[in-house]
Amino acid sequence: MHNHTVAQLMRGLQEKQFSSVELTQCLLQRIAELDSRYNSYVTVCDERALAAARAADAQLASGSSGPLTGIPIAHKDIFCTTGVRTSCGSRMLDNFIPPYDATVVSDLSAAGAVMLGKTNMDEFAMGSSNENSYYGPVTNPWDPTLVPGGSSGGSAAAVAAGLAPAATGTDTGGSIRQPAAFCGITGLKPTYGRVSRLGMVAFASSLDQAGPMARSAEDCAILLNTMAGHDPRDSTSAERAVPDYCADLDKPLDGLRVGLPKEYFGAGLDSATAACIDAALKELEQQGATLVEVSLAHSELTIPTYYIVAPAEASTNLSRFDGVRYGHRCDKPTDLNDLYTRSREEGFGDEVKRRILVGTYALSAGYYDAYYRKAQQARRLIANDFSACFEQVDIIAGPTTPGPAFSLGAKSDDPVAMYLEDVYTLAVNLAGLPGMSVPAGLVGGKPIGLQLIGRHFDESRLLNVAHRFQQSTDWHTLTPVSAPSSAQGGVA
Amino acid sequence: MSIEQDEIEKIAALARIRIEDDQMADVTARITDILAMVDTLQAADTRDVKPMANPLDAVQRLRADEVTETNRREEFQAIAPAVENGLYLVPKVIE
Repeated sequence: MHNHTVAQLMRGLQEKQFSSVELTQCLLQRIAELDSRYNSYVTVCDERALAAARAADAQLASGSSGPLTGIPIAHKDIFCTTGVRTSCGSRMLDNFIPPYDATVVSDLSAAGAVMLGKTNMDEFAMGSSNENSYYGPVTNPWDPTLVPGGSSGGSAAAVAAGLAPAATGTDTGGSIRQPAAFCGITGLKPTYGRVSRLGMVAFASSLDQAGPMARSAEDCAILLNTMAGHDPRDSTSAERAVPDYCADLDKPLDGLRVGLPKEYFGAGLDSATAACIDAALKELEQQGATLVEVSLAHSELTIPTYYIVAPAEASTNLSRFDGVRYGHRCDKPTDLNDLYTRSREEGFGDEVKRRILVGTYALSAGYYDAYYRKAQQARRLIANDFSACFEQVDIIAGPTTPGPAFSLGAKSDDPVAMYLEDVYTLAVNLAGLPGMSVPAGLVGGKPIGLQLIGRHFDESRLLNVAHRFQQSTDWHTLTPVSAPSSAQGGVA
Repeated sequence: MSIEQDEIEKIAALARIRIEDDQMADVTARITDILAMVDTLQAADTRDVKPMANPLDAVQRLRADEVTETNRREEFQAIAPAVENGLYLVPKVIE
């Protein structure tokens, strides 16, 4: 049952095929036996999970269950969890035990989900390979020499390896979609503001968004039904009704207009990856969709724009880590400045420091107009390109990444080469649009993701297209051979 | 736009991040690479384009100035590195 979807597990629990305790034990046992290979969890909550599973079983027996009662999930270690360390992949927060839950965590828990543990991630969600974690890199379950992608690499690897049926992630520039693509799972970044940011450690506040990572579009819809909604405690949370994201999953694709941005199929795209994407698009066409070439003419501005806006916001957000109120404090500070500068030197890793420095530079007197203001102007040009496309088409499709997962260490010494990995995902965050990655094939045994981009708040349409695609393809059901199908003594 | 080491030192001071002397050359080289990449933006024509701060062009929502949260000082101070009598302790600021 470790490879079942959330939808299948919900049925199994309702029909008493197994209990939540049995399911939770099976997964905890797999984590204990297998996760030394992947390093996908930084904290496993055995006792807490079993207690929650027992409570869920009681609710299921009494008929008072919620939509996710008894379903085990993992949370990216960026979401605050009361009483459970929330490290954000950083030494800075290695000792941080939050006194409150993120809204995403409390909502999923109120719906009955059982938290298995907290997943590994690039430090403060800054990275595309999960190599920037204080707790060491995560490996890709499809091939342990490859990165799982980042920054939600632990969540993606845990789902791919059968160590959680679903997990939460966050996406500031591709951090749900890119690891989902590299690990062969389905991930959704909702519209900016759709899911509360309260209690989600902030990286770049105008870009950050939480979303589900799972084994199918249907599972993403089920989770989003609980995760989405207005939160009065997040001032950027959207005040819009939440539709039932499962309602339109089966809608036929007849008449759907799919835009293919020519800039996403150019020279930077690996040819075998392009062939997978073409085949996936043919499948949509066969189901009645029309493919239309479109242009996102300002695409070449995306990477420089993002790498000004995101570090600028990060440098501001991360100024709160000062060694005074919580988090890492250096030993024996000589004065207040020494306390600040040494706590931050010791607490932050190299990539986080680089982004803080770049952001501080971009916001500093004399450079603000040339960098930050200029980037905000370019951001509008990029967003306007999407708006123009959505006058012609209903969704946009293309590759999630330029190629399959790369080797551990291949790009870790070259920040700019690493930044280029996110070339197809960054613009979606700059424009605040919903985006998904859906498994669409294998290249040399490595998963490839099809990216779907929608209009603001049109998650239902993305989930519908992804679900229809998954009804006629089986890429999302493939599992890596490195993750054995039965853990010793499990109920699998 | 290239960046000199003394500018990196200035930014690091602004960002309150200490950089060891033996790291300085490496940090400067990496930041120079990143700035060279983001500088390609300077060629973009952004005349008369209104800066975009929020992707939905939403404005900050305000609420009535009312007490909505309870005092949780003890819980918050329980995770602080050093506190005394309900105050956060830092090295002496005023002699």
